[in-house]
Amino acid sequence: MNPVYDVQRIRADFPILQQQINGRPLAYLDNGASTQRPQAVLDAVNYYETHLHSNVHRGVHTLSQLATDAFEAARERVRRYINAASTHEIVFVRGTTEAINLVAQSWGRSTLQPGDEIVISALEHHANIVPWQMACAATGAQLRVAPIDDDGSLNFEQYLALLGPRTKLVAMTHVSNVMGTVLPVQQIVAAARERGILTLLDGAQAVAHEPVDVRAIDCDFYAFSSHKLYGPTGLGVLYGREALLQAMPPWQGGGDMIRTVSYQSSTWNDLPYKFEAGTPHISGAVGLAAAMDYLEALGLPQVAAHEAALLAQATAALSDIDGIQIQGSAAHKGGIVSFTLAGVHPHDLGTILDHEGVAIRAGHHCAMPLMDLLGLPATARASFGCYNTAAEVDQLVRAVVRAREVFC
Amino acid sequence: MELNELYREVILDHNRHPRNFGRLDPADALANGHNPLCGDKLTVTLNLQGDVISDLKFDGNGCAISVASASLMTEAVKGRDRSSVSAMFDKVHALLTQADAPSTDLGKLAALSGVREFPARVKCASLCWHTLNAALANADAADAAAVSTE
Repeated sequence: MNPVYDVQRIRADFPILQQQINGRPLAYLDNGASTQRPQAVLDAVNYYETHLHSNVHRGVHTLSQLATDAFEAARERVRRYINAASTHEIVFVRGTTEAINLVAQSWGRSTLQPGDEIVISALEHHANIVPWQMACAATGAQLRVAPIDDDGSLNFEQYLALLGPRTKLVAMTHVSNVMGTVLPVQQIVAAARERGILTLLDGAQAVAHEPVDVRAIDCDFYAFSSHKLYGPTGLGVLYGREALLQAMPPWQGGGDMIRTVSYQSSTWNDLPYKFEAGTPHISGAVGLAAAMDYLEALGLPQVAAHEAALLAQATAALSDIDGIQIQGSAAHKGGIVSFTLAGVHPHDLGTILDHEGVAIRAGHHCAMPLMDLLGLPATARASFGCYNTAAEVDQLVRAVVRAREVFC
Repeated sequence: MELNELYREVILDHNRHPRNFGRLDPADALANGHNPLCGDKLTVTLNLQGDVISDLKFDGNGCAISVASASLMTEAVKGRDRSSVSAMFDKVHALLTQADAPSTDLGKLAALSGVREFPARVKCASLCWHTLNAALANADAADAAAVSTE
């Protein structure tokens, strides 16, 4: 592994970054929304589409076998990336959202009883709130919300106090997409496990930014998206402990997920196919595998250190600007900085920054309950990836100063 | 596309000092407008004398474009009758979305013409007009309800 993190060489791997936006070099700081693809991912997808594509798990012809091999090799790649015990535990879905919906619909509806409780945190993205509200509405279970402290960290004592005999599942984010907080997932899971409670982690903002080992974390379910990990859109992964997935009913019916079908009834395929009805996103899986190769070659600890340095630089420089308030100051944060600027609405900030070539997210970040809690209609959010530079953080800071000049 | 085309002095002024800001109480009609994509929220209250908007106010929070547009709208429609307001909305909508739309007869509202270069922001500028329409519809409904209970 290269001991020197050469960010310029990394940038050269990403064709989309080599462009100007509004006459300025693009500073892409919206990685929390979606990351860009390195050439290796584009090439892997292109090679698959050009030479290997057919439907998987179906034909006896050569291409069908090649496509199946590529798809199943991608599953094995994912297994290694998160250190799952078996490829039976890797279910390909459309994204983090679908992964959570799968658990809510399959496990939730078949298991939850009236009065049962699901515990989430106040930090959650809509994708880890709404599926549970739907499961609760269908079963009579209740959703409980573990509060956060002012700095955006989980209030662990109050979290523990919420765990009771009726708690069936703890569903929490690994890294907050708004405040950047890295939750103490090992402790969260351990506390739940001691009490016989299952755990699901939303890893969308974590998997591309630090090493994730689902067996070390010891969670029961882990969900993430390919496109936030430098891979294609439209693909995600649900990791689930094999015994749990085995016991869960399918949630979508169709081809691939069955063993036998008659007009009267059907029997289900083995894991993970039981949860993969219909033709999957084969090229997406191939691209995701290439993205995982790419990231591991960079070294996830090195990526994490690089992004931590950018976060520290951005936090310090933004804090120096009059009227800036940073939302989220937990001791352990990922490369996400949400902020407001007095007198300038985040959307105006987003437009002015875009004019300066800086791409950030402005809005409620699909976390309306958290925004209500913070008393804010919206924030501006810069989120870093493996290819961002100190110069781009400077460009961000200059653009924020410029926005102040326009409005204040 | 130039920033100062979007953030003209009139827009910045109406954002800093929104006119007719607040709520009428009592009001003949009220409507809440919400842009769920960006979280902008505003409330329009109005009083009618026959067919004419005799007074109106707005409050809420949003970006400079949505606040300034609402502020400019309240100044433009106060004292006008419904058909004239409806015609004005059509002109504003054209101004926000069509490259060659004329800005004649629009007065200060013409300052919003820069928005069309920023398609992501068109909804910010039109939210207040949709909310005004909803308030006028609510006034009709309230009238209908009042009539039906007699």
